Amino acid sequence: MRGAKSAKWVAGAIVVALTATACGGSDTDSKKKPSGKPEGYVSIDVGEPQKPLIPADTNETNGSYVIQSVFTQLLDFDSKGEIVLTNAESVETEDSKTWTVKLKKGWKFHNGEAVTAQSYIDAWNWYANVDNAQQNAFWFSDIKGYADIHPEKGKAKGKEMSGLKAVDDTTFTIELTDKVPYFNYKLGYATFAPLPKVFYDDPKAFGQKPIGNGPYKFEKWTHKKLIQVQAWDGYQGPNKAANKGIQFKNYATVEAAYQDVLSGNLDMIRQVGPKDLPKYKSDLGSGAIEQEYAAIQTLVPAFYSKTFKDIDPKVLQGLSMAIDRDTITKTVLNNTRTPATSFTPPQVKGNQPLESDILKFDPVKAKKLVKEGGGVPENKISIQYNADGGHQEWVTAVCESIRNATGVDCVGDPKPDFPTDLEARDNDEVKGLYRGGWVADYPVNVNFLKELYHSKAESNNGRFADKQIDALMAKGDKADSLEESVAAYQEVEKKLVDKMPAIPLWYYRINGGHGKDVDNVKVDFHGDLELTAVTTK
Amino acid sequence: MGRYVARRLLQMIPVFIGSTLLVFLMMYALPGDPVKALAGEQHVDPAQIASLKAKYGLDQPIWQQYLNYLFNLFQGDFGQQIASQRPVADVIAEAYPVTVRLALFAFVFTVIAGISLGVIAGLKAESVRDRGLLLLTLLLISMPSFVLGYLVQYFFAFKLQLVEPNVSIEASWDELIMPAAVLASLSLAYVARLTRTSIAENLRADYMRTAVAKGLPRRRIVGVHLMRNSMIPVVTFLGTDIGTLMGGAIVTEGVFNVKGIGLTVFEALGRREGATVVGIVTLIVLVYLAASLLVDLLYAVLDPRIRYA
Repeated sequence: MRGAKSAKWVAGAIVVALTATACGGSDTDSKKKPSGKPEGYVSIDVGEPQKPLIPADTNETNGSYVIQSVFTQLLDFDSKGEIVLTNAESVETEDSKTWTVKLKKGWKFHNGEAVTAQSYIDAWNWYANVDNAQQNAFWFSDIKGYADIHPEKGKAKGKEMSGLKAVDDTTFTIELTDKVPYFNYKLGYATFAPLPKVFYDDPKAFGQKPIGNGPYKFEKWTHKKLIQVQAWDGYQGPNKAANKGIQFKNYATVEAAYQDVLSGNLDMIRQVGPKDLPKYKSDLGSGAIEQEYAAIQTLVPAFYSKTFKDIDPKVLQGLSMAIDRDTITKTVLNNTRTPATSFTPPQVKGNQPLESDILKFDPVKAKKLVKEGGGVPENKISIQYNADGGHQEWVTAVCESIRNATGVDCVGDPKPDFPTDLEARDNDEVKGLYRGGWVADYPVNVNFLKELYHSKAESNNGRFADKQIDALMAKGDKADSLEESVAAYQEVEKKLVDKMPAIPLWYYRINGGHGKDVDNVKVDFHGDLELTAVTTK
Repeated sequence: MGRYVARRLLQMIPVFIGSTLLVFLMMYALPGDPVKALAGEQHVDPAQIASLKAKYGLDQPIWQQYLNYLFNLFQGDFGQQIASQRPVADVIAEAYPVTVRLALFAFVFTVIAGISLGVIAGLKAESVRDRGLLLLTLLLISMPSFVLGYLVQYFFAFKLQLVEPNVSIEASWDELIMPAAVLASLSLAYVARLTRTSIAENLRADYMRTAVAKGLPRRRIVGVHLMRNSMIPVVTFLGTDIGTLMGGAIVTEGVFNVKGIGLTVFEALGRREGATVVGIVTLIVLVYLAASLLVDLLYAVLDPRIRYA
């Protein structure tokens, strides 16, 4: 019987396949607790970093969590956004143009190499070099000589920026091309971290197994699953680890991570998903975290579009007043946002209440303003957003609010995902407004105003251009002190009310939490959990 | 038979090339640039983008890119991810075994539970137990898998505390029971219904009456005569199901935090990581092709009247 023989063969093949895959799966001999976490470590849901772990090549949250635990730059910020010196003894300037950095003595990398002025200079030169294609290279563009190693086209003309000079082992100077009164604030960005010499031997291998000077020493990275770092005894900074180490665990969904917090397999979750938001406070009790941080969401008009070309700002003011921020944040957004009161979030230096009611909900005045401004072409606007980011609900609500108040028809313009959304913005294809979002890189109002509304700003995708605003910003940049600069930018912000480069909507809140096994979980100014302070019980 | 298998294997080559080309073209047609997507809302200067594109060969015309891809693929090189800079083969090697285990587990579950339920119901069609089965399978078919997933998770992990709610990074067999059962539930319902109808129908066939008249023991009648003929539609379904289980477990993998192929493809699509998507889809295509060949060969085993020359 030929048939029967083949049947046996098939059955045999299935058995072989089963046992073969069973072998692959039976590496659980040690039969640890399911979490497999060493004593004294704390765990948090942080997904797979997009890129290798190199400070200047990481600008998404997952990677920067790990970078910030392994590396320490010159200074950092407390939860109020004030400077805390970490690796630097002092960062001083007299004219906002030449900055002198003195390092604390005795600092070492995890491999024992001393952290010197040269460790910083070499690292920054490498980061800024166009040939190394580092994502955050533009952060070094204030430094004199940047254009030589990062020309707009072609290859680098040298290897060093002329603005960086080592005075002695622990002192170096930074000369900038122009005055930047708030430059020391920029230095708090993780991109400015130093590198040990071993990095230059093999950057690729280093990216998989970084050696830093931070509070934690890198232990292991099981791709797509887990990154583990261990508290480093030799760390001398103010933010020394209060726990023995951290596990960054990758979860498929926020819901899955939340389940693990409830069942005790995970200590902290950064953001509770929409499904669990209504009940997370009762589930977690005192472990629930709800806090604002320095990030804002706006609606940005595309000033090149048919709808908003040469628009009277009064129309935009009217649209802004037509949005019922209070109700939408409370109901549709489940209290995960706070209605905006200005163009900058409260956590940044220079935030001020606007002397105008453009952010208040007033349907009558809204309608009047839109009419006075001449309305919008075809009486219709659209809001572009990425459909993969949970924005659809509030965009619909905002549209509803605008339609009811002003009679202007409003529709959502969903793009399937973020890359598509960005491409439309880059290619000037936005048909009306788009959803803008910005998280503070450094806690100064400049970061929210210049980066978004200067006519040459790289992230100004609405192509807002106004000579008066540019001139006011230039004044702020030429100031000799940070205070003057911040004050000048406050003037810019007041002026923005009349120009309306964007409609501020609300500030973000973090809605996270932690389980019963840990304590002292706090949030820093840009919404990250401060891991070094977390203690185990 | 040997010649038939050889011919089928040869036919796989154009199918394979065609499907990879299609997926490749689709990835290319999608808006959004993988290199630019890296930066998010921040600006990246054109020089940097150009150098990265040149590095990954993304600046070449599409046909050139495809030929390069095929050429490398035949040398066993699946390419490299743009963001993580890791070989795609490594990424697949991490995710594939978990999905294979999950899918096989679900498959075995489907076969055993589905067929036995179908036989039990089909032997006594229109009885109470048959109605009960129809109702149960209707429930399973109409319930979206994330609803079932969360329900199962809630009851077994939180109420009864029998299992952990999520699959840990080891993804051991016992942890996979729950997701596999959920993943299998839909196909199980189909298999049960197919088997039931087929059995009920064949019960009335002439050869069954002959077998009974010959005085054969009931075990032999049902086990050999009835089952063998009734399995043909079921086997057809099961064959395609293997491929579906491999590729389409995104929702279940999400609910139970299984780090498998489904999630990897989903993530790669979001980032426009063409090489990763094409690589994984290629593997799934191979699984489909192998499964359908196996099904066709099984026909001959089940029904000797079907012969392949």
